[in-house]
Amino acid sequence: MQTTAKVIKYELSDVIRSKWIVLYALFFLVVTEALFQFGGGSARALLSLSNLVLIIIPLISILFGTMYLYNARAFVELLLTQPVDRKTLFGGLYTGLALPLSAGFLAGAGLPFAFHGVEAASHATTLMTLLLSGVLLTCIFTALAFLIAVTFEDKVRGLGVAILLWLFFAVLYDGLVLLLLNAFAAYPLEQPMIALMLLNPIDMARVLLLLTFDVSALMGYTGAVFEQFFGSLLGVGLSTAALGVWVAAPLFWGWRLFRKKDF
Amino acid sequence: MIDIVGIEKRFGRLRVLRGLDLRIERGTVTAIVGPNASGKTTLIKAILGLIKPDGGHIVFDGVKLNGAWNYRERIGYMPQLARFPDNLSAREVIDMLKDLRGRPDDLDEELLTAFDLESELGKPLRTLSGGTRQKISAVVAFLFRPDVLILDEPTAGLDPVASSILKDKILRERDAGTTFILTSHIMSEIEELADDIAFLLDGTVHFAGSTTEIKATTGQPRLERAIAQLLTMDKPALGTPSTNGHSKTPERFVAADAIAPKP
Repeated sequence: MQTTAKVIKYELSDVIRSKWIVLYALFFLVVTEALFQFGGGSARALLSLSNLVLIIIPLISILFGTMYLYNARAFVELLLTQPVDRKTLFGGLYTGLALPLSAGFLAGAGLPFAFHGVEAASHATTLMTLLLSGVLLTCIFTALAFLIAVTFEDKVRGLGVAILLWLFFAVLYDGLVLLLLNAFAAYPLEQPMIALMLLNPIDMARVLLLLTFDVSALMGYTGAVFEQFFGSLLGVGLSTAALGVWVAAPLFWGWRLFRKKDF
Repeated sequence: MIDIVGIEKRFGRLRVLRGLDLRIERGTVTAIVGPNASGKTTLIKAILGLIKPDGGHIVFDGVKLNGAWNYRERIGYMPQLARFPDNLSAREVIDMLKDLRGRPDDLDEELLTAFDLESELGKPLRTLSGGTRQKISAVVAFLFRPDVLILDEPTAGLDPVASSILKDKILRERDAGTTFILTSHIMSEIEELADDIAFLLDGTVHFAGSTTEIKATTGQPRLERAIAQLLTMDKPALGTPSTNGHSKTPERFVAADAIAPKP
């Protein structure tokens, strides 16, 4: 446990020194502040920001994570020749990356809201959901980055897979779902749809956010089904659990590969 | 000190280690020699736990290594190519390793002074020359007074002065009871340093014994000639009971037990 803390400490100082993370926090700070300046009030700012969060956080987390791990190869090899457990090292590496990325987002997106305040109590719930989804997406896509970096030896190939995976979840998946909907338009698809949403973490986060915005009525019949399902206690529990599984599964898989990996 | 029993390792279709047996005695310098791609570095990495063997096992001072990591507290390692985190300075790397090993007081900083490295410690490691990095790698390996030192081509890339400083240090520590495993392609260096020799060929130990035994078996006064003759000699000729009375297993020419007790 003590060693984990030390590994996290070295990695944190390394990540902060690379200045990427500072740019990342500044980006959210500037964008959120700009949204406040341009479009009246916290409601509009929240809606625009959530669209950004769903695209940018997965992209940066998976790219920065993959790139960082390939560059940290020498660091990992050095530590593995020292009395350090692989489990400890893996946990430390992950925390040392997911922590600053989450903190950068929370600070960047959170500060303008703290400064301007929110207009209604319901906006506070939305803000919390937004920040929580942002952190969960960071954890999920950092875990996927770890899985990629452990699986592929070659840096270029690893980065390629990272971009493809992001494209798949952020863009392609929805297209495929639409195609499916169109093809099976004659059948009741509500329940398969919910299952499909659970299989994509970005969609999961999007549905959760839309429901808190109370705009699900705009999504028609499907939206009503979602509202009915995700609005219920079971729905909230299930979707949170699904996001939890999305953090744990790639992390566990990556750890199993890391334990057996040859350096 | 270290018993290697039937180690197997494949990289894809390539069998790098094929049931390798070797015993390394306490307080000796064992040189692992052999042509390129004979499995020297893979064997060293298996002892360090950097690669996971597919079969066989390694016993380190009575403890069977199977995902163990504590034993690395007692190992110092100098890799073939010194790879350090790029943007750290040597001082930061040394501090980090001290911290990881619980800040022991009794440090061996003899090489640090002998190599005259004080002025280089503050510079980022990526700006240092290959030779300087190699020196720092040697300093790090000896720093914690380990019981076992594993040096992979330690003098490659060092100038003659630094190389003799390192060789003197190795002999002094050997006399103080440290166990050494080293690889090298420079036969004069092995003649100077090694007590025992393990000659690797195609992932097995082709011959193991003390330097005097090798010379006696081959009838060559110089080690370089003796090794060259081992390579050209017909394998059955080695398998026949030799004149100096070693028991040799016919199938596997020389096994670990062929190392005679030191005179």
